[in-house]
Amino acid sequence: MTHQNLQFAKFVALLNCAVPGLLLGLDALRGDLGANPVNFAIRTTGMLSLICLVLSLAVTPAARVSGWSQITHFRRMLGVYAFLYAAVHFGIFFGFDRAGSVSSTLSEMSLRPYLAVGAASLLMMAPLAATSTNGMIKRVGGKRWKLLHRLAYPAGLAAVTHYFLLVKSDTRLPMAFGATLVVLLGYRVFALRRKRSVDLNQRGPRIGENNVVQAEPLP
Amino acid sequence: MTTPPPIPSSEITPPELYFNRRSLLRAGIVAATTASTAGLYRALNRPGAEEVKTPELVGLVKDRGDSTDPVEQANPEGAADPVEAAPAEPVDNGFHTDETLTSLRSVTNYNNFYEFTTSKERVALVSRNFVSRPWTVAVEGLVHKPKVFDLDEILKLSAPEERVYRMRCVEGWSMVIPWAGFSLSKLLDAVEPMGSAKYVAFETLFDPKRMPGQNYPALDWPYVEGLRLDEALHPLTMLATGLYGRELPAPNGAPLRLVVPWKYGFKGIKSIVKISLTENQPPTSWNVTAPGEYGFYSNVNPDVAHPRWSQATEQRIGESGRRKTLMFNGYGEQVAQLYTGMDLRRNF
Ligand code: HEM
Repeated sequence: MTHQNLQFAKFVALLNCAVPGLLLGLDALRGDLGANPVNFAIRTTGMLSLICLVLSLAVTPAARVSGWSQITHFRRMLGVYAFLYAAVHFGIFFGFDRAGSVSSTLSEMSLRPYLAVGAASLLMMAPLAATSTNGMIKRVGGKRWKLLHRLAYPAGLAAVTHYFLLVKSDTRLPMAFGATLVVLLGYRVFALRRKRSVDLNQRGPRIGENNVVQAEPLP
Repeated sequence: MTTPPPIPSSEITPPELYFNRRSLLRAGIVAATTASTAGLYRALNRPGAEEVKTPELVGLVKDRGDSTDPVEQANPEGAADPVEAAPAEPVDNGFHTDETLTSLRSVTNYNNFYEFTTSKERVALVSRNFVSRPWTVAVEGLVHKPKVFDLDEILKLSAPEERVYRMRCVEGWSMVIPWAGFSLSKLLDAVEPMGSAKYVAFETLFDPKRMPGQNYPALDWPYVEGLRLDEALHPLTMLATGLYGRELPAPNGAPLRLVVPWKYGFKGIKSIVKISLTENQPPTSWNVTAPGEYGFYSNVNPDVAHPRWSQATEQRIGESGRRKTLMFNGYGEQVAQLYTGMDLRRNF
């Protein structure tokens, strides 16, 4: 892909990730969020955040498996959207569900395990979003940045736990998200261990081994 | 390898056109992808908006009934405008509240009815073609006159009365619903419970073809519920056959459901096919699923939190902000005596 086309593809992705959020906002203005608008908006943004997070974590394995390394250019954007939707998710909870009361927000978050793990997930995503610019990657340094951005995995696991704990009996969707995360994480752990054993044996990559050049540091 | 023949210059697109075409193409890509994303979002995440309209009930009694005097209740015609001529200290039987009614649209489009789907916003859509006639209800167990009632026989037991109850869901939201129906005691009286009967057990229809949610074991089907006999005989406990003056819509439990306004909504079992009187406490679906979270009694109680969320406040559908949840959902005056001496924290 030419640089120009890549920039355009990024722009298209940027726009498309925003579409559900914009529609949600539009529907909110039109009073078209159904019987329980606050809960509808909370659930929608939570779901959008989780989808973006899982997609961002799927990028690297997908790039390795398919050999299409250019998709790694979309990883950071997906991660930042995951954080943005989660921040709005929390903002609606705080501003509307808890009517802006700090004490009620804090007491609920400390009393309810599902909210506590949700908060943990958001807190883990915050430094990742804050270090998502090119300048910050340079300042933090590639290796440390890579290590820091592994936090995306525990953040994802915490978000799935949050989701799993809040459903009453139909656990199909949270389980599906959880299983996807486990597969993605499993792939990375497996790939890392193989790489380590390869390094230890001081061999070059075996024939057929994928060694896609990373366009950006790995999370 | 053969080199491709040179492209004749007449076939090379001039740069102005090429860039024009490219920006057109790009605009097309932007439009097509955003439209698809928007379509996907709309298809997967739409708030419930079904137009649910059932036939009007005939002979609905709209008496406010602010009295426990059975004679006066049976004679609504004789009373003057009940609002203006209200007695100085009316006995509040809890049959009516002046709170703003929840819209029919919300009442029919925001439902927990896992027999159809576990998505509250989609129950109305999935249950759209549910046929609730013919319908029979078997009333059996410890009764002198067990009987399989045809729905019409049940409807003839008593004229439908309008009762405006608060409905508090265990999930922390509430509604105000103008039900139609009559006290369950009228049906129980008809079958003459034996002295040994202590509880009443209820069962929902099990028919995965008509209730597709039953193909997935979200709960241990069929849905079962239960009440202590004295709770079941309490005048507030209602067999609802309609709402908003119309026959009961499918998402709300057509054709016949239980309404127990001082308990969490899931106690109000829907689409009932069986009622049996028992000596021992019957199993109840949510209690079987998660005994630590949902008790047999499940009385609305702001002081006993659900293990995963607080019950102190509720989102009244149609209102902004949350309101405080009342003990027994505000029906303490009528029902608290049923539980004297009981530890309601243990018997949650
Ligand atoms: C302080 C942080 C958070 C708070 C206070 C919070 C709060 C909530 C609340 C109140 C609900 C609705 C529960 C219900 O309807 O019963 C919810 C649902 C949800 N949240 Fe969070 N959340 C937080 C963080 C997160 C994060 C970081 C994610 C994802 C990355 C997330 C994903 C979800 C999902 C997927 C749902 C369920 C959506 C559905 O039911 O369709 N939450 N959250």
